[in-house]
Amino acid sequence: MSELMLDGNAAAGVLQEIFTVEMTTAVGTCDSCGTAGEVGEVHLYRGAGLVLRCAHCDATLMKIVTSGTRSWVDLRGLRTLQLHS
Amino acid sequence: MTWRAAKVVEVRPETSRTKTIAFEVPGWPGHRAGQHVDVRLTAEDGYQAERSYSIASAPESPNLELTVERLDDGEVSPYLTDELRPGDEIELRGPVGGYFVWDARVEGSVLLVGGGSGVVPLMAMARQRRAEGSTIPTRLLYSARTIEDVIYREELMHLGDDGDGFDVVYTLTRVQPPDWRGYDRRVDRDLLAEAGPAPGELGLSFVCGPTPFVEAVAGGLVELGHEPARVKTERFGPTGG
Repeated sequence: MSELMLDGNAAAGVLQEIFTVEMTTAVGTCDSCGTAGEVGEVHLYRGAGLVLRCAHCDATLMKIVTSGTRSWVDLRGLRTLQLHS
Repeated sequence: MTWRAAKVVEVRPETSRTKTIAFEVPGWPGHRAGQHVDVRLTAEDGYQAERSYSIASAPESPNLELTVERLDDGEVSPYLTDELRPGDEIELRGPVGGYFVWDARVEGSVLLVGGGSGVVPLMAMARQRRAEGSTIPTRLLYSARTIEDVIYREELMHLGDDGDGFDVVYTLTRVQPPDWRGYDRRVDRDLLAEAGPAPGELGLSFVCGPTPFVEAVAGGLVELGHEPARVKTERFGPTGG
């Protein structure tokens, strides 16, 4: 466990900016292990961008890099994402 | 989600390293206890730094209050705690978050566990609970290094006074005053077994603090037999600055 690890709550603003709805209660399913969980509880690492990892198997779920008015979102690690409007 | 201008109306020292800053935010849509705001500072050369802070005030409060801990090598917190004066303006957006929020419909008791400035969103919950006249049995287990590091000390002393089912249990992990009757060690499974509700009685637990603290507490609660889904966590780390 790294002290630099945070959780999905810390990305609430960035995620809401991109998806336009509250995202910490959205439920993501990890493509690697199949665990489903709320975005607020997944692990988050912050560097040049944001990396969200599965709290169960540590696989990468989502990567986000923002620069100015553009954002790149890599969703390869997510099987599904269930949003509430 | 738009950035809004927030005007400082009051700066109040809480401890030697934390201050509460009250803002007037025109058009503020309201919030739920536990939510955050993103704060954005812009330097004269256009450089911007953004950080996320938990809201400390209850939704019922007239001003939006943030309690900020000064991190010496931080980029944003020293400005907020040392430089801001009433009348100054910063930008913020929010509220954001929905996972780590107070839920008045909870059945059973609530256990709030805060480490250091992790108490801030839990205080918003305690304040909202009181403002709503809730009688949900709620205990705040608050871990700080010394008594001087306890944020909201005065207010916490009186929050449980009216017998509405709220109480506070402290653990001071480094230095304890003479005649200290609280705990004097880190929060672990044994301490949670003594100070927390039995697994069948827990409605929800909210755990907030530095990552190692949250890992230890959440792990301890689950080991004691609490359902993981009833244990809500929020971590902050040294990158918070």
